[in-house]
Amino acid sequence: MDATYTFLQHYWWLLVSLLGALLVFLLFVQGGQSLLFTIGKNQKQQKMLLNSTGRKWEFTFTTLVTFGGAFFASFPLFYSTSFGGAYWVWILILLCFVLQAVSYEYQAKHGNLLGKKTYQIFLLINGILGPVLLGAAVGTFFNGANFVVEKQNLTNLANPVISSWTSAWRGVEAAFVIWNVLLGLAVLFLSRVLALLYFVNNINDDEIQKKSRKQLIIETVLFLVFFLTFFVHLLIQDGFAVNPDTGEVYKETCKYLHNFLQMPAVLAVLLLGVVGVLFGIGKTILSAAWKKGIWFAGTGTVLTVLALLLCAGWNNTAYYPSLQNIQHSLTISNSCSSLFTLKTMAYVSILIPLVLAYIVYAWRALDIHKITGKEMEENEHTY
Amino acid sequence: MIAEIDISLIDWSRAQFALTAFYHWLFVPLTLGLGIIQAVMETIYYKTGDEFWKKTAKFWMKLFGINFAIGVATGLILEFEFGTNWSNYSWFVGDIFGAPLAIEGVVAFFMEATFIAVMFFGWNKVSKGFHLASTWLTIVGATMSAFWILVANGWMQYPTGMNFNPDVVRNEMESFWKVAFSPVALNKFIHTVLSGWVIGAMFVAGISSWYLLKKREIKFALSSIKVAVVFGLIACFFSIWTGDGSASQVAEKQPMKLAAMEGLYEGGEGVNLVGVGILNPGKEEYNDDKDAFLFKIDVPIPKLLSYLSFGKFNAYIPGIKNILDGGYPLKDGNVALSAKEKIEKGKIAVSALADYHKAKADSILYERKADSIKIALTAEINNCETAISEGDTIISQIVTADELFANKKAEITDKIADSRRLLFENFDYFGYGYIKEPKDLIPPVALTFYAFRVMIILGSFLLLLFALSTYLVYKNKFETKRWLQWICLISIFFAIFAGQAGWVVAEVGRQPWAIQDILPTSAAVSNLSTAAVQLTFFIFLALFTILLIAELKIMINAIKKGPQINEQ
Repeated sequence: MDATYTFLQHYWWLLVSLLGALLVFLLFVQGGQSLLFTIGKNQKQQKMLLNSTGRKWEFTFTTLVTFGGAFFASFPLFYSTSFGGAYWVWILILLCFVLQAVSYEYQAKHGNLLGKKTYQIFLLINGILGPVLLGAAVGTFFNGANFVVEKQNLTNLANPVISSWTSAWRGVEAAFVIWNVLLGLAVLFLSRVLALLYFVNNINDDEIQKKSRKQLIIETVLFLVFFLTFFVHLLIQDGFAVNPDTGEVYKETCKYLHNFLQMPAVLAVLLLGVVGVLFGIGKTILSAAWKKGIWFAGTGTVLTVLALLLCAGWNNTAYYPSLQNIQHSLTISNSCSSLFTLKTMAYVSILIPLVLAYIVYAWRALDIHKITGKEMEENEHTY
Repeated sequence: MIAEIDISLIDWSRAQFALTAFYHWLFVPLTLGLGIIQAVMETIYYKTGDEFWKKTAKFWMKLFGINFAIGVATGLILEFEFGTNWSNYSWFVGDIFGAPLAIEGVVAFFMEATFIAVMFFGWNKVSKGFHLASTWLTIVGATMSAFWILVANGWMQYPTGMNFNPDVVRNEMESFWKVAFSPVALNKFIHTVLSGWVIGAMFVAGISSWYLLKKREIKFALSSIKVAVVFGLIACFFSIWTGDGSASQVAEKQPMKLAAMEGLYEGGEGVNLVGVGILNPGKEEYNDDKDAFLFKIDVPIPKLLSYLSFGKFNAYIPGIKNILDGGYPLKDGNVALSAKEKIEKGKIAVSALADYHKAKADSILYERKADSIKIALTAEINNCETAISEGDTIISQIVTADELFANKKAEITDKIADSRRLLFENFDYFGYGYIKEPKDLIPPVALTFYAFRVMIILGSFLLLLFALSTYLVYKNKFETKRWLQWICLISIFFAIFAGQAGWVVAEVGRQPWAIQDILPTSAAVSNLSTAAVQLTFFIFLALFTILLIAELKIMINAIKKGPQINEQ
């Protein structure tokens, strides 16, 4: 196969993985929502929490949208197969994000029809369900899903659908696979850990600081239990390998372990990420005055998730295995866009550093001023 | 598993998408229009330093914020619905269609999301200049996102810049510029964004009029109206101008849509434009002899439709019956095919694609078989120690086999080439292969016809209203004209209605096509049960409606509270 084409497939898998990794980091907004009533014991505290992580909700949302768009543009067969197949999982994810989009703005407004509490419960639902569902959906990248892809079906005039789902549960069946659930829970508790670190960094309030640091220990333990169980199993489980010459997919024992060993750079990214996460959490717990944990744990999260997703798609691996017919599994080469489109989109991707730069600039300009009780009382725009 | 895609699945899938789009378009145009108006107001504040303009801008921003989130939420659903409900579509044209969506995310949404946070929360945190830039960048981001999604929509109406790849069974992009800057996409973008500006302007003028009716916030209301009506007048004028442009594109690329817009069954040269009319509900078949109208009045300028469509008063416009029967001369000199012929050609293309794949699979099969037989014979000859004559027999067998395989291979290669040629000869009509009978090619005529009238009549009315209001505002007479203030207030709904009607014309009028002539909705859907789609439809309906009511209540509350500017 054309070397440029192969390169671009890997490049786009990298970009999609990077977006996915950023999305997991930005789920700290969801984590914050899920902790709203755990950390916030009165209305004023809850208001500060909402205005801390809440003012970043558009970033998480936009990253989700862009992740979808980029996946569509670079690997359209995944878009058509998974979204149209695992229908209810994706619809559930959409619904809980719709609830989030309106709730920040509406909960603080007069005449909001359902009452403040309802919108805060919407935020809670999104805060828990969002990370769990997204995590479980990513779990299927390693554990497979129930679909078949028959491109020739298009010539069947009565039923021309190319991708079909083979489970009547339409995606919900992924919840019956314990390893998917474990990843979902790991993502949930990671998002809560990150939210606590962000509260520590962003809110100038002694009580919230103290409570966040205390809660951090519990959430970290839960995160580590779920994540390590998932991860150890990942290393020893059968993976879905592809023969690059024939495109044939076959099971390989310890495939993901092999991937890390055969791609030392990815392994290095993984280890660096894990160290970042642990350092960010550890130092925050040990040093009562230190507030920079979110940046270490956040960067660490991006690197770790990036490495995991690269492990799912690179090194001749099928990133979306079909449990129904292993030969129908999606790989980065059989599900991608044409050479022309990948190339065109690669030019567009040159803009990404610019986008990241202005995000960082605007984020810093706002975050220099920490959230305080006083700001909440002033008659300015707040949630 | 569903053995056959049934009509109700297609209809419910369409209904679900239409519902989401309908709600999306309640909020987005207000974002687009209000975004510009508030940015203009903040610019005045930046230039004059007058706190009054800061407070005025901030009030409209507050309403902008209430409206913004739900537009974002419905937008997310629309994007993912291409995958969830239109799975085949996503593969068949994802190579082209995905690109604008991704670009929308990278260049537009992030800009919007980043700077909207500064706009809302940065008043006391960043400099005046940075804040103003953020307000502008928010609306620039929103407008760019409109551009890319309308590029995507324009491409569905007028597919260009791509090639069909039979090996992977999809269309592939061949020219990015043809897709991004197709005349249809550009016109659609300008027309749609301008219609959003009209709605934003009408919203500001209408709400301000309400304050005048209540004799509150007089200075605030009059100042807001001053900005809004001029902006609205310009937007409305150019919106109508570009509307004419899109009608002439429709005439050329989507003649069936034009015929439906006009209720035109029997076309001809020098066709009049229908002004108002009532369609005859008794007309059941496109080719029965019943009159299409119970009543109609043409626009008094004769032959206007021909002129607007092709720039010539005597230009030929085909009606629905003509398009289905064919036989009329086309612009390129050819004679139009009938619907039957197109369907025939479509079926040839689809079955040629099937033959192509079968031949390719056969070719691999034979190759493997040939290899294994040759290997077996060679092994035999190597083991052959007995008689030379026996070896000779095997060698002659190999030679015969080789000849046989060569012939067979040539035959298959021919088959591949033939089916490929047949496919591409007929590919222009590929989508017609899925059409059962000619009348399935007719979009809902009544809905398209009336929506088109509603859009044009309301659009013209708004132009007059903006012109009159501008005149009176700048003559300082608006404040006393209570009847006009009432009309302005009510016209908020007219503006929104006109925008919705426009989308009905664009989307209902192109049925049954998801992508014009290439993929009908029946071949674009996901393999879902109708019940699942129905359930989703009603969940969305309930959710969106509750959120809409909440939004309206919050908005009305905020308006009643007012901008709270201390006016002396």
